Amino acid sequence: MSEAQTQIPVTVLTGYLGAGKTTLLNRILSENHGKRYAVIVNEFGEIGIDNDLIVESDEEIYEMNNGCVCCTVRGDLIRVVEGLMRRPGRFDAIVVETTGLADPAPVAQTFFMDDDVRSKTKLDAVVALVDAKHLPLRLKDSREAEDQIAFADVVVLNKTDLVTPDELRAVEATVRAINPSAKIHRTQRSGVDLTEVLDRGAFDLKRALDNDPHFLDGDGDHAHGDHGHGDQGHHDHAHASPIHDISVKSVSLRGGEMDPKKFFPWIEKITQMEGPNILRLKGIIALKDDPERYVLQGVHMLIEGDHQRRWKDNEKHESRLVFIGRDLDADRLTRSFEACQATA
Amino acid sequence: MPTVAPLDLDGHCIAAVFLGGVPHFALADGAIHRLDHGHKTLRVHDGLLSATLDLTKSRLITGGEDGKVCSSAGETSEILAEAGRKWITSVASGPQGAVAYATGRTAFVRFADGKTREFQHPRSVEGLAFSPKGMRFAVARYNGVTLHFPATEGKPAELEWAGAHTAVTFSPDGNFVVTAMQENALHGWKLADGKHMRMTGYPAKVKSLSWSAKGKWLASSGSPGAVVWPFQAKDGPMGKAPLELGTRGDAMVTCVACHPTQDVTAIGYNDGMIMAVRFADTKEVLLRRPGKGAVTAMMWDDEERRIVFGSDAGDCGVVDISG
Repeated sequence: MSEAQTQIPVTVLTGYLGAGKTTLLNRILSENHGKRYAVIVNEFGEIGIDNDLIVESDEEIYEMNNGCVCCTVRGDLIRVVEGLMRRPGRFDAIVVETTGLADPAPVAQTFFMDDDVRSKTKLDAVVALVDAKHLPLRLKDSREAEDQIAFADVVVLNKTDLVTPDELRAVEATVRAINPSAKIHRTQRSGVDLTEVLDRGAFDLKRALDNDPHFLDGDGDHAHGDHGHGDQGHHDHAHASPIHDISVKSVSLRGGEMDPKKFFPWIEKITQMEGPNILRLKGIIALKDDPERYVLQGVHMLIEGDHQRRWKDNEKHESRLVFIGRDLDADRLTRSFEACQATA
Repeated sequence: MPTVAPLDLDGHCIAAVFLGGVPHFALADGAIHRLDHGHKTLRVHDGLLSATLDLTKSRLITGGEDGKVCSSAGETSEILAEAGRKWITSVASGPQGAVAYATGRTAFVRFADGKTREFQHPRSVEGLAFSPKGMRFAVARYNGVTLHFPATEGKPAELEWAGAHTAVTFSPDGNFVVTAMQENALHGWKLADGKHMRMTGYPAKVKSLSWSAKGKWLASSGSPGAVVWPFQAKDGPMGKAPLELGTRGDAMVTCVACHPTQDVTAIGYNDGMIMAVRFADTKEVLLRRPGKGAVTAMMWDDEERRIVFGSDAGDCGVVDISG
């Protein structure tokens, strides 16, 4: 029995109240895209569609009894996913909507930490909806808005019609400053192409890299084609943000071939010690004497890694690693990362 | 030689029980199948999530995705309660026809006369169980268990232990409460003095618990063999090693069902195999070869001759051990 065939993809939808989550959910449920979605919501509330596959669930954050405060799971999701998966064949994928104030980490971690959930489903992508008009305010009064962006694989920058081109550039630069590796889509009325948010395979690093060969490239400005509505403006390089209400930052590391005997203990130690501060990490690692690229990613203390593919003949054997988090000591990370390089 | 009368159904079996000697199989799609002079089917829910036998072993109490709580047997089904669109995640049956059910953070107790009491909790209700005697019921929740006295206005008692408790059971003598946890462990309390019992070491989550005759042992799944904890002593299994029965190198136990009168348990595995194992000498008898799915439900009949079983792939049936 092949588990890969039966694992149902799960999309996590985050975003502040009013960012447009309900509009997007209604589109996912009603548009003719040939797929059926089970949707787990916190409140039936405004979803104006009657559908057996909409499940209401109380967000339940459970700390695991392993002494790690960042090892949390969503207990209600374990139960609902288990229930849904007892009747497979009714849907092709699952969307989990979180409340505006939710921390996305426990949701994501549920798909890593619970064996039953993990065997039947796989996290596809974390999608954050951002209200272009109100983001600056949100960032002033809450940490969650920032967490949601930091955590996202895809950011839908919504309500772009309510801001000026300059404001939009500034907001996008802010998003980019928080999260240099997310894909950003500019939209109005949650009008993003659904194929850009669903079935992305963003947590499947192999696939993410296939879809986007320039993933983790560049200097933090991860330029993608804009899917906005006639807005051709190029976004600014993200190192300078006009907004000072950001506590999340990213540290991008770049090096040569790594000594596996040094690198793995190092990443283990960093994630153990800095776990609570690390929201996401992603990397492509060149290991010495290894003909294949090694890709890894993490959520807080949880990391997963695997070989992706052979290095191409003309490809530079280079290691790249991005941490997104709070209170990260960039100098120390850089120094200790570089110390893991293999000596020639 | 044991013989197996198979019943191949399509879907995850939630409960396999004898009601008045008739094998019944409740499936996740909401249908209850039975083998009563041929295969018959009763549609009860649109999506069945939870099931329990009533204490007289004559009816099956079920909770559904459709927000209904039903009591069914043979051709008849009665709706006991409706909770709108919310899922009924857990049901339990108690003395004098009482039924408990849960949705989200609320537990309800419905008495035989239809009167219902509601119990709110700060966190989700994960599991429910009635005590064997008297009117007390337990709610498994995050960080412990809440014990309610639904027939009186008494204040609930709280049993605390950090972590998520997903299922709960009382020992048949009512002296112990045991929970299954989100992590791979059981936790127990001796009710007389609140003493804790930690039962750990499982490689997987424990999803099936069964008390042996007179509550002398508690059998559990979650390991390559059935883990059976001794509860004969007044402090339960503390300081004692459990038995490990029917251990297989290549399979996991997913379901256990103790014999009604003897120290024997039926053990169901993730590959569909079923064995019966005697505690005293660990003697094993193969009852069913591996099938299509993991064994999810089993029950002995009162004549101690047959075992009804179901799997997550729908290959259900009845084992006759007298052959």
